Amino acid sequence: MPSVMLRKREDGKLLFYVAKKDLEETIESLEFDSPDKWGGEVVLGDGSKYFFDILDAPPKIPLHCKRNAYKGGCHGFIYSC
Amino acid sequence: MAAMTKEETEALIQEVLEVYPENAKKDRAKHLAVNDQSLEKANKCITSNRKSLPGVMTIRGCAYAGSKGVVWGPIKDMIHISHGPVGCGQYSRAGRRNYYVGTTGVNTFGTMNFTSDFQEKDIVFGGDKKLAKLIDEIEVLFPLNKGISIQSECPIGLIGDDIEAVAKVKNKEHGKTIVPVRCEGFRGVSQSLGHHIANDAIRDWVLEKRDGDDSFPTTPYDVAVIGDYNIGGDAWASRTLLEEMGLRVVAQWSGDGTIAEIEKTPKVKLNLIHCYRSMNYIARHMEEKYSIPWIEYNFFGPTKIAESLRRIAAHFDETIIEGAERVIKKYEAEYDAVIAKYKPRLQGKRVMLYVGGLRPRHVIGAYEDLGMEVVGTGYEFGHNDDYDRTIKEMGNATLLYDDVTGYEFEEFVKKVQPDLIGSGIKEKYIFQKMGIPFRQMHSWDYSGPYHGYDGFAIFARDMDMTLNNPCWKQIKAPWKKDAASNEAVKAVA
Repeated sequence: MPSVMLRKREDGKLLFYVAKKDLEETIESLEFDSPDKWGGEVVLGDGSKYFFDILDAPPKIPLHCKRNAYKGGCHGFIYSC
Repeated sequence: MAAMTKEETEALIQEVLEVYPENAKKDRAKHLAVNDQSLEKANKCITSNRKSLPGVMTIRGCAYAGSKGVVWGPIKDMIHISHGPVGCGQYSRAGRRNYYVGTTGVNTFGTMNFTSDFQEKDIVFGGDKKLAKLIDEIEVLFPLNKGISIQSECPIGLIGDDIEAVAKVKNKEHGKTIVPVRCEGFRGVSQSLGHHIANDAIRDWVLEKRDGDDSFPTTPYDVAVIGDYNIGGDAWASRTLLEEMGLRVVAQWSGDGTIAEIEKTPKVKLNLIHCYRSMNYIARHMEEKYSIPWIEYNFFGPTKIAESLRRIAAHFDETIIEGAERVIKKYEAEYDAVIAKYKPRLQGKRVMLYVGGLRPRHVIGAYEDLGMEVVGTGYEFGHNDDYDRTIKEMGNATLLYDDVTGYEFEEFVKKVQPDLIGSGIKEKYIFQKMGIPFRQMHSWDYSGPYHGYDGFAIFARDMDMTLNNPCWKQIKAPWKKDAASNEAVKAVA
């Protein structure tokens, strides 16, 4: 299953890219985005939702997130970065 | 014919779809669209990168074409073995005109065909032994090769040969890079997956060779040109501009490129992507692993060149920004003269395009510089992200067609009546027989380069040569012409 690639666009917005799905979307909101907590629910520009593992610090971007456990509900899978 | 409105274009699509059976109609309708610039994302209006339906005439290639033909083939000092039956390599040999410098057969191998020529016994008993023998023979006959890539054709995947094992053994034995590429033609829906597989093979087998080796002296102005295949000399025409503005081009991927350049690419400061479709994967990988940013650029036509040069320069310091302005200024007189000469001859002409990875959107600017208008465009194997980028370039209410079938393309052309069509060799003679000027836009109809300012002059000349060729007036038989034009002929006689 697809892994997600995160990168910063020139205007500073985060891009969420899944090569296998041809999906390149901006991240509209990230549940936790502070120096001591990062991750949680992600809402993309097209309205779809994903869930990132919660980290203690924001990771270095760009990076790959692998699909992990099944969370169920509208989130589907957890992606760990 | 005046520009079509949105309703007219929609009606045209419906009319063309009419002949299909219900299911096929439903499927094909998703691939045809009317452009609407207000859309943010293309997936709302067009579906792409889906399997072509059996029974329709698609113009696509296969994964082997994407890997051997596009990405790996132009790397000149490597030998690319077409592993499998002889035809795949032979019929695609040298057709793409990736120019290179070197002595073919001695230190460069671009236009040669190396194949393992599978026979029935190889299918039955496996071809690994043959491949090993072939690699040994290559080492004896062509000792100056810098590496070997094994490009799988369909049977390799079907019979399950272990080319990776052969590559590893032979790599130890000969000490050269040997890359097994699993690009069997049946994989994926088009050549696009072949690009991805080829990128991944470079990532896994080549790119990290010089990690931790800092012996290569770098400068703050190092860039790599990625996704320029030097068709008719394109990469050279681009490279001169970049070098004139003060950048150092360390690597060319992969037109006129070498394996050493590819190994050095992780040392550059910025990756410049021309063909986004075929090389974005490796650029994204390098961004993640080596923190090298990448940008897309477009070297077709002076407007886009100036725009791109400035965008590239913005990633560097003052000297490069000045350098970009200096380059634009230097060539201004040259391209103004080209536009002054050809624009009056081409003004208002309408073009339909149907090409591969980047041209359906990249060449629009060049046509517009000549006063021409692109009224329809489409990709053979584009993905959603390609159409995202195309929507903004195309005018409103123009046609978009993804993986167009032979029938649809012909019908569109009959109805839209463009003045020029740019597509591939398989389409060329159909449209020429229909009396419509045609340029083969995959390998520039045996001309080129078309990139850069030098290329623009050739591009303009070629378009004029094709469009205003007197032969198009001779297409109709004299007795079928209307009286007025016959009078004119008599007067000339």
